[in-house]
Amino acid sequence: MRYFQKAIRRAGIPVSFSQGYHPHQLLTFASPLGVGMESSGEYLDIEVEECSSIEELQEALEAQMAEGIDVLSARILPEHAANAMSIVAAADYRLGWPQNMPCTADELAQLAAQFTAQDSIPILKKTKKHERVVDIRPMIYDLRAEGSSLYLRCASGSEANLKPQQLLETMLRSGGLEYNPYACLITRLDLFARTKDGQLVSLEKYNG
Amino acid sequence: MQKLALSDDILLQVEKPARYLGNEINAVHKEIHPGMIRFAMAFPDVYEIGMSYLGIQILYDLLNAREDTACERVYSPWIDLDQIMKERHIPLFALESQDPVKNFDFLGITLQYEMCYTNVLQLLDLSGIPLMAADRTEEDPLVIGGGPCAYNPEPLADFFDLFYIGEGETVYNRLLDVYQENRRSGRSREDFLLQAAQIPGIYVPRFYDVTYHEDGTIASFRPNREEVPAVIRKQVVTDLSDVIYPEKPIVPFIKVTQDRVVLEIQRGCIRGCRFCQAGMVYRPNRERSLEFLKEHAVKMLESTGQDEISLSSLSSSDYSQLPELVNFLLDYCEKKKINISLPSLRIDAFSLDVMSKVQDVRKVSLTFAPEAGTQRMRDVINKGLTQEDILGGARQAFDGGWSRVKLYFMIGLPTETDEDVTGISDLANKIAEEFYEIPKGSRPGNGRIDIVVSTSFFIPKPFTPFQWVPQADLAQLHHRQELLNRTIKESVNHKSIRYNWHDFELSHLEGIFARGDRRLSGVLVKAYEGGCLYDSWGDFLKVDVWKKAFEEAGIDPDFYTYRERPADEILPWDFIDAGVSKQFLRREYETAKAEKVTPNCRMRCSGCGCRIYESGVCYEDQNTVQ
Repeated sequence: MRYFQKAIRRAGIPVSFSQGYHPHQLLTFASPLGVGMESSGEYLDIEVEECSSIEELQEALEAQMAEGIDVLSARILPEHAANAMSIVAAADYRLGWPQNMPCTADELAQLAAQFTAQDSIPILKKTKKHERVVDIRPMIYDLRAEGSSLYLRCASGSEANLKPQQLLETMLRSGGLEYNPYACLITRLDLFARTKDGQLVSLEKYNG
Repeated sequence: MQKLALSDDILLQVEKPARYLGNEINAVHKEIHPGMIRFAMAFPDVYEIGMSYLGIQILYDLLNAREDTACERVYSPWIDLDQIMKERHIPLFALESQDPVKNFDFLGITLQYEMCYTNVLQLLDLSGIPLMAADRTEEDPLVIGGGPCAYNPEPLADFFDLFYIGEGETVYNRLLDVYQENRRSGRSREDFLLQAAQIPGIYVPRFYDVTYHEDGTIASFRPNREEVPAVIRKQVVTDLSDVIYPEKPIVPFIKVTQDRVVLEIQRGCIRGCRFCQAGMVYRPNRERSLEFLKEHAVKMLESTGQDEISLSSLSSSDYSQLPELVNFLLDYCEKKKINISLPSLRIDAFSLDVMSKVQDVRKVSLTFAPEAGTQRMRDVINKGLTQEDILGGARQAFDGGWSRVKLYFMIGLPTETDEDVTGISDLANKIAEEFYEIPKGSRPGNGRIDIVVSTSFFIPKPFTPFQWVPQADLAQLHHRQELLNRTIKESVNHKSIRYNWHDFELSHLEGIFARGDRRLSGVLVKAYEGGCLYDSWGDFLKVDVWKKAFEEAGIDPDFYTYRERPADEILPWDFIDAGVSKQFLRREYETAKAEKVTPNCRMRCSGCGCRIYESGVCYEDQNTVQ
């Protein structure tokens, strides 16, 4: 957030500010990315005072990016569009092992198939105050292995949210394997909203 | 993608991995050619602290402005990474290229406070550079130190190849020219150091020998080579408006301590508080021009996208064009929705007016630093602030809407009595009374005043009038702190006053190293080997390990702290000419004992010795030598 606030200033984008003694830029991330995760599909809503050309705005912001961060596309949302954060319903992830893969690719595929064949997958969720059992099976929309990577589509957002680390830990343990949180590189590929007829659509293409 | 020295699995398991990436906005990445000088500039503390320090940014730009030099940054790896690097034998790397520090020509380490000395050893150790300068070979980087603690470099003398005494802007270019010349002609490290030692402001410890009397005091401190000077004179910038200053400061990814654009408006201070080392060693007071500051403020805000700018100086209120500067910034920042932070302002009508424009008076505290509780004590330390000033300022602040006050004091000051300590409580109570005299309906805030009293322990520092005094011992400090706590608790307005205090142990250690000599290097090595690191971070201070380190090294710490040093004793830092003469400091010490104040530099020149720099306040019209 701080990174983008500064980039927006450097780019000279006429961003809108909140009222009050310490006005802040009106920005919202669709879903803040955890530290240590890679991504190729993040979304940021920016409220601006004026915008004559969305292409120019995209270029101006792209010119201020550090290596490894690119502004891939930009578009103007209709007035009163719901903000990105409130519409996120699902996310795609790739889980890979640069080294120290816990099992072979075949075993991984087998494990994923067995895992998703279950009707329910109860896990213990801990919050600061209490613990409760949650069934994560309904949150897994798709899970498949491809080579030495796992591809996951799962619930994400305020209504239901599944962390890919949680899934991986549960799945590996169910197969009697060890879970090393630092060995797996997780990439978020895209975020999705649900259309009125229940379809998942990439936020980039979502039209309310 | 940029190369990284740390593998993904390490970056995933350490706290705040962005500390170690080095590809921040405005970082300088140079292509390295043979024959270039590679300079690693280190701050011996964690990234967030080091990145907040203006001096590194200035030197970074200065060195990178040279075509033949690539300067990169290094910070202390946090304890989590420290452990991993030691276990897996990963050498310390510079951020920009991620190359090992060991491959560099220079490792520069800035010395901002004494309690970072174990972190200095960590930098050397992790880099694979021998701790002792004497053990280094042609393959090792030259280790150079600078910054305020270089005014007494002796406790670190064994670990450094050279120090620069004074402001870095002045000597580095010449030093690097000499280095290039030396390298081109195929001469040795020792040859370079001998050449360097002849550049004004450069101190090469190995060319000086120290002998001691039986009682442990210094008998002699002399060069062992006839080419090098007996006295090292501090070098200063004479025109601060015609010198390199950052235009594109690096923008960190993570939140750092000073997360804003920093505009250094002046150097030095006209006040002459007798406890303050910065106020003495950065003399003469020199201002930057209004035009220079306006230009740099705008350039830095535009190039960083920062949303806050802070003025930096020892006493901003003394900057002669402060209203013009502040009005310019208020105007510019209002339009751009940028916050202004104005530390070290004296409380008066002007500053209150400005502060009410840049902050929410209901939420922000007003800070006073009377430093001592009684007028007598304030006179001793030459803090030219009277009770009337404080109460008057407080009253104006209450009228302006403030209802929170922070007060800073020191305990353990020279000549301090119990009365001076209880005076702190009295002063806090008088401020509260001033508040409660306002009729109930017209009081600001919720009708109550919130006063926070903080005390730190006075530590005598080199090149101050108190460089000879004994530091108050732990028993005394404990007694005074308890006394103050009790007095505040029993006072009339105790419900409105909170009291915060500092840790003894840290101040005690700081005092030892501040006025220490070369013999302390053994203690530092033992403490580091015993696991001491990040000592200034409260939680990590290992008092027992330090105690053991002193015992094993056969050093009596009390020798450095609890002794009144005689006037004729050779002090470890006497070979440095910091501008202020020893005679002046002694005169000031005597004036302090007589409880008399000395006027500030703008009122009258007190002949401290800094006129030799031919700049700044010494040459303003009103000043004539006494």
